[in-house]
Amino acid sequence: MKSFSNTYIFLFSSGLVILVAALLSIAAIVLQPFQKKNVEINNKQNILTSVNIETTAKTAEELFSKYIIESYVISPSGLKKEGIDAFTIDMKKELAKPVEERNLPIFVSSIDNETQYIIPVYGKGLWGPIWGYVSLNSDLSTIYGANFAHKGETPGLGAEIDKKEFQAQFIGKQIFNESGLFVSVSVLKGGTADPYSKYEVDGISGGTITSKGVDAMLKDCLSSYESYFKILKK
Amino acid sequence: MNSEKEPLFSSKNIKLITEPLGSSNPITVQVLGICSALAVTVKMKPAFVMAISVMAVLAVSNVVISLIRNSIPPRIRIIVQLVVIAAMVILVDQILKAFVYDISKQLSVFVGLIITNCILMGRLEAFAMGNKPWPSFLDGLGNAAGYSIILLIVSFFRELLGSGTIWGYKVIPESFYSFGYQNNGLMILPPMALIVLGIIIWVQRARNKKLIETK
Repeated sequence: MKSFSNTYIFLFSSGLVILVAALLSIAAIVLQPFQKKNVEINNKQNILTSVNIETTAKTAEELFSKYIIESYVISPSGLKKEGIDAFTIDMKKELAKPVEERNLPIFVSSIDNETQYIIPVYGKGLWGPIWGYVSLNSDLSTIYGANFAHKGETPGLGAEIDKKEFQAQFIGKQIFNESGLFVSVSVLKGGTADPYSKYEVDGISGGTITSKGVDAMLKDCLSSYESYFKILKK
Repeated sequence: MNSEKEPLFSSKNIKLITEPLGSSNPITVQVLGICSALAVTVKMKPAFVMAISVMAVLAVSNVVISLIRNSIPPRIRIIVQLVVIAAMVILVDQILKAFVYDISKQLSVFVGLIITNCILMGRLEAFAMGNKPWPSFLDGLGNAAGYSIILLIVSFFRELLGSGTIWGYKVIPESFYSFGYQNNGLMILPPMALIVLGIIIWVQRARNKKLIETK
């Protein structure tokens, strides 16, 4: 076997690494617009799923512009903020900020002449982030639909939160109780939720931490819209 | 340099493709790359995309390593191989994200984990380091095809029995369900992939006695 000098090894590895780095940077730059587009379409699909509209990647854009009539950003005190696109807001970054400084996006959809308010939610599961969208009827309390997604929850257990069966439980539940207090919808231990209660749903057996994550996510994210809802209701 | 005259598809070269499909299959005989085989075989579509990805990565990195094999300093060869594989994997991952986003979401981390797939390092070290680019290319294709076949067989059974679909299409008629047939939820979980794989290995060894190790 040939022997190589240290200088050669050093130059060879540097050359190789620079070449590879250049190749990958070019690829990343060239492909970025496509990837951004995909993420955007995916978000639109998620938003539409939360108002119970089935989409495919192809139809998402069209249906989105058909049903989503408005989107804007509010501050936690309930005032509209101008000049910020609700679509570009990264919930992870917003939740890291102190409560008063958060930008809270809202999407408004109109289906069958009814208005729905779609609220993005973001939280922690067992292995990574979980997120989703919750849509409310125009009474701003009854849940019209919910959509959850996750990065890497356990398949068959925590990952079930992205299934219809789990999400459908939320439909018709209320986040404000009869005296108008914010109560959110509690995700309880699997099988223990009272089917007649308007404020609780079953969690996933074996997916306790993910279920609790959904519970906390709903409480955290929905509660920051409380003051805006109060203004809207007046 | 007599191999210069060797035809492109000589019997020796053909063997490079056919052997990994059967008697030296990377998964069932060499038992390499098991982790990813367990993870991505719940449905056929992701399994297929994973197979294609591994094929692209393996064939190209085999050729690249074979091209520069004489200038790679032996002391850092493993690192060089890893850099080439990693670059290819990132490239494939980026392409998937750009053009088949929903499948890339399902494969999630497993595309990245192609880097740790033992089949790749194994083929680069055992074959591409000592052979010309063309045979290396065929060797890469062959081994990736061997991997793919097993992936597809396993995912076929897991999708059929676990979800009642094949390639996303419903194949088990609704009437079966009304008679009380249920999808087997266990098939979706990783342990069943291992069991299906075990059955494939068993069948293969029962038919090909040469594969049975002598004690």
